[in-house]
Amino acid sequence: MNHLIELKNVYKIYQMGEETVHALDGVNIAIDQGEFVAIVGSSGSGKSTAMNIIGCLDVPTSGSYHLGGVDVSTMDDDQQAEIRNKMLGFIFQQYNLIPKLSVLENVELPLLYAGLPADERRARAIRALERVGLAEKHKNLPSQLSGGQQQRVSIARALAGSPSVILADEPTGALDSRTGREVLGFLKKLNREGDTVVLITHDNSIAVRADRIIRLQDGKIIYDGDAHDPRAVVQPGSDGEGEEDSP
Amino acid sequence: MNYGQSFRLAVKSLAASKMRSILTMLGIIIGVASVIVILSLGNGVQKMIDEQVAKLGINTIVTYTWGRGDGSTMDLDPADMYKLVEEHPDVLSGVSPYVSLQPMIRRGDEKLEKSKLYGVSEVMFNSVSRSTIDGGEKLAQGRFLSALDVARRQNVCVIGAYLAQELFEGSALGQTLSIDGNRYTVIGVLEQVQENMQEGGADDQLYIPYENALEIMGERYVTLYMFTSTSGATASAAKQVIDQYLFSYFQDPEAYYIQTMEEQANMINAMMGVAIGVLVAIAAISLLVGGIGIMNIMLVSVTERTREIGIRKSLGAKRKDIRRQFVIEAGTTSAVGGLLGIGLGYLLATGVGSLLGASLSAQMNGATFSATPTFASVAISFGVSVGIGILFGYLPANKAAKLNPIDALRYD
Repeated sequence: MNHLIELKNVYKIYQMGEETVHALDGVNIAIDQGEFVAIVGSSGSGKSTAMNIIGCLDVPTSGSYHLGGVDVSTMDDDQQAEIRNKMLGFIFQQYNLIPKLSVLENVELPLLYAGLPADERRARAIRALERVGLAEKHKNLPSQLSGGQQQRVSIARALAGSPSVILADEPTGALDSRTGREVLGFLKKLNREGDTVVLITHDNSIAVRADRIIRLQDGKIIYDGDAHDPRAVVQPGSDGEGEEDSP
Repeated sequence: MNYGQSFRLAVKSLAASKMRSILTMLGIIIGVASVIVILSLGNGVQKMIDEQVAKLGINTIVTYTWGRGDGSTMDLDPADMYKLVEEHPDVLSGVSPYVSLQPMIRRGDEKLEKSKLYGVSEVMFNSVSRSTIDGGEKLAQGRFLSALDVARRQNVCVIGAYLAQELFEGSALGQTLSIDGNRYTVIGVLEQVQENMQEGGADDQLYIPYENALEIMGERYVTLYMFTSTSGATASAAKQVIDQYLFSYFQDPEAYYIQTMEEQANMINAMMGVAIGVLVAIAAISLLVGGIGIMNIMLVSVTERTREIGIRKSLGAKRKDIRRQFVIEAGTTSAVGGLLGIGLGYLLATGVGSLLGASLSAQMNGATFSATPTFASVAISFGVSVGIGILFGYLPANKAAKLNPIDALRYD
């Protein structure tokens, strides 16, 4: 059976000065349609690199990555852009809305790059905004919304293109805990409605909201299984809390 | 696909930081404005020359004779010139000697010393266009010199509107005035040519038979002749006839000079063309500088908006989408600059044109001058300014297009 996301023996090796860094060191990940997976790890564990590769923002040094049955590990810039546009919806820690564009225009962006006609873009963007309960704010600028609302707009933007995978990178990092819970609840709801959600976080308390946890340490997978298994939150060596992520 | 949004974004960001936008566009504004002004003035001068040529008649041929320099060959007889015209009726229709001087004009107690006097023949007046062939002036009253007046060296004159006004309060016909002590009867008055008549101006002039003028000057020979060809088309053939005759007479091509009106106009136009070309080239440097200004600000903009570029790329923007966005932005900036430049240039050209027009018209027999840009010059200036924006915007746009989305997303 074909998995939706399938990383096979993936290595990502950087040369930093004299030092060779194995950001990913022979990683195998398989995620199926409809799963809610959290990729967890502390700073330097390789989870950001994993997210970049899964998000088609980067290519592995070696190994293969199949997304929806297609090998995307050897694609060039523009081909990857097309895959991101068609198959992936990103949710970022900093929301990453374009401040000069209205809420509606922000949500329309992936549809714009998909080449949809204006009226269809608008209709689909409004529908996505309705799913996050912000349709009536579509004329506002992002700066006129609260942090939680902005994050919901970015979720709407991720949904607008009907992607195969929603990729959320520390989606609650910039929010207070109550709003953060709301956003997580939202991702859970999307998952129940059939969307595949991959959550990247350093925070165990957030990771446990997923159904499955993949824990990375030093570029290797040290746990892959049920989020409710006590071993999922065991942190050998470090507690991994509150640390900033860096490449 | 995203042209509309790119264009709207460009206009939005131009409006958002007006000072920065104006400074960015300044080079283009100045460049386009100066090109428009120069081309407008050139166009005005060109039109003025064409107008003058049309007025003088394209069948006029000016012939200067000054001999070989030893004085021995100066004795070209006007009668020989008349004969030449008679022998070539197919190409030549007439000739007038042209003697000019500035005598003392008197009537009673009034004395004028700046009037221009021309000693000519009856050919000076074109009986078809009813105007003089040297200045295109028409008669207001009376008649021009006749062949008989010229042959008999009659003391008659045709005077300009200024003299008629100044010496005779308008009723000059049949009256007499004194030219360097000789009594002359006024047989004709010319129409006013300048709006404001003044002493020494185009209306302060008079025509008398050429031999009378030679006598007043104390000269024996005529050095300047005005021939007329049968039409504009025969002008160059007529020139050849005159050339043949003068060469056989002087045996020296340096002893005389013949120029058709068309040649004269072409020469002036060619000189004007070179001058305008040089000026436009200088103005174009400003356009180039303007383009560099746009490139500079676009590079800044790309850096400032690195994160936006990263977001767009993560959402599926391809290189060409990003490149197009920034190229459109640069093009919009320079297009707006170009439009402002066209407006400024138009105002300047109109202002400078009316100032220049007043003084030119005083000097050039009431020629009309107006500096208006041609549609082509406006269209080309606009096109060039947009082109410069796109050209100089391409490098920053390409830089933006090649940004790595991961780095761009992390950029603060």
